[in-house]
Amino acid sequence: MISDAPVLQQSSEPAEAAAKPSRLSRYARPMLGILLPLILALGWELVVWSGWSNGRLVPPPSRVFATIAELARSGELLRHIAATLWRVGLGFAFGVVAGTLLGAISGYWSLARRLLDPTVQALRAIPSLAWVPLFILWLGIFETSKIALIAVGVFFPVYLGVMGAILSVDRKIVEVGRIFRLSGPAMIRRILLPAVLPAYVVSLRVGLGLGWMFVVAAELIGASEGLGYLLLDGQQLGKPAQILAAIVIFAILGKLTDWLIEVGSAPLLRWQDAFGRAKET
Amino acid sequence: MLALDRVSKTYPNGVHALARFSAEIRQGEIVAIIGGSGCGKSTLLRAIAGLDRASSGTVTLDSEAIASPHAKIGIIFQEPRLLPWLSVADNIGFGLADLPATERREKVARALERVGLADKAQAWPRELSGGQAQRVAIARALVPQPEVLLLDEPFSALDAFTRRDLQDHLLDLWADTRPTLVLVTHDVDEAVVLADRVLVMRPRPGRLFDQIEINLGRPRDRNSPLFENFKRSVLTSLDRSLDRSVPDRDATQGPGQAMWW
Ligand SMILES: Nc1ncnc2c1ncn2[C@@H]1O[C@H](COP(=O)(O)OP(=O)(O)OP(=O)(O)O)[C@@H](O)[C@H]1O
Ligand SMILES: [Mg+2]
Repeated sequence: MISDAPVLQQSSEPAEAAAKPSRLSRYARPMLGILLPLILALGWELVVWSGWSNGRLVPPPSRVFATIAELARSGELLRHIAATLWRVGLGFAFGVVAGTLLGAISGYWSLARRLLDPTVQALRAIPSLAWVPLFILWLGIFETSKIALIAVGVFFPVYLGVMGAILSVDRKIVEVGRIFRLSGPAMIRRILLPAVLPAYVVSLRVGLGLGWMFVVAAELIGASEGLGYLLLDGQQLGKPAQILAAIVIFAILGKLTDWLIEVGSAPLLRWQDAFGRAKET
Repeated sequence: MLALDRVSKTYPNGVHALARFSAEIRQGEIVAIIGGSGCGKSTLLRAIAGLDRASSGTVTLDSEAIASPHAKIGIIFQEPRLLPWLSVADNIGFGLADLPATERREKVARALERVGLADKAQAWPRELSGGQAQRVAIARALVPQPEVLLLDEPFSALDAFTRRDLQDHLLDLWADTRPTLVLVTHDVDEAVVLADRVLVMRPRPGRLFDQIEINLGRPRDRNSPLFENFKRSVLTSLDRSLDRSVPDRDATQGPGQAMWW
């Protein structure tokens, strides 16, 4: 065994040498980002554990995770997560569909833009939470008003993103389509869609971020389940660990859904100048 | 034959870019258009390509009027204008969408081979040098085998060495199917090395000033005295076109009349 080890090593050496830096950086980079929160958490844990603070208002990580585990065991956690995800999902879907449609119409058709855009911009100037009383009056205090609020939050960045992206498509590249005599639909499919895609993905991610923001608002206003309800419940019953638990889960879900969009769109955007990636390495 | 009959263009902002430009270009002829900046060369080329309509006058290709982009007319711009989301091979095949996939792949592979970029087939446009990208643009325009290829300062963004290389390469490709080439350039050297005939334009409003036949065999030696002579006559004509005291000659009388040296 020992005798053929050098041979093996020799053959795999160049490959390994090439793979090593990238493997190192691939794992080391996220690690660096985690370092600071980890130190803070451990530090606080130590402070509470050694008795310098009782940790009643700011519970140590162990207590937060114990709360999460407790909620998970009783099945409560899943119920709340499902309720919140459902609301975000539906609101996001409605907001994206409306924003994409209207944004595309305004971007593509200048008459529609002149008719539509001033109104949308005026509505955008209204802080979205100002709609809450009206939505509750119109749609009731249950799911519909919450989903409507989230959809409104998602709508504006998507609308703006799509319209702006279409307006800024390079005229020179559109001319290439004209030279090859693309029909209207072919022009949209072969030129406009791919050209708009990067900006569209960005607007989806911004929209999703706002969706998460608005679901908290919607659930704080009145809900019997959902992560926002856990927040409110924690406040009213004086359970800071539960509040922190809900916050941690919000953070995880927000990051996770954002990552899903990023990963889902990555294969379609491989052609882009890898500016961000180049900077990282 | 490509026939331009009194083509005029006034832009909506009132700029009179082109005035009664007439010329007849034989199938397979290489014509260079040269002239001061802003004298309407790009405007003329865009009218031939059917990208912009002339205000008056007609462009006809084999007696078919051109008012919008035509399958038999291709164009290469100053910039490669590759689609950044398509690989090099897909860019070259962009105009062949109507062909069956296997036939398209064959043609693209042959074109890639022809422009010396076979190893770049799967590269993204951003991974190409300026000269390589312009080669891809040339291949994309030539692969549908147009009868007329228009070129608007296609090599002006490249360094002198790459430019020469691509000029020779263009002639090489031209020899395959002998399309009509209409080339706008600022480079007298380029005009004389490529063209059978040089049209000199004069600005404000853009109009034909002079034409010079380049009676030189190919391949042309850029250092021969004859080549220098032709360059000198084009340069002199250019200078005179910019001199307002020189009256317009009637360029429609055809070549020969214009050879005043
Ligand atoms: N889209 C446009 N709208 C209004 N005026 C234009 C437009 N395009 C060109 N012009 C004007 O028409 C005239 C001719 O322009 P053109 O681009 O055809 O010149 P050119 O000979 O190609 O110049 P250059 O050698 O600098 O490329 C110029 O005076 C220019 O300002
Ligand atoms: Mg020009």
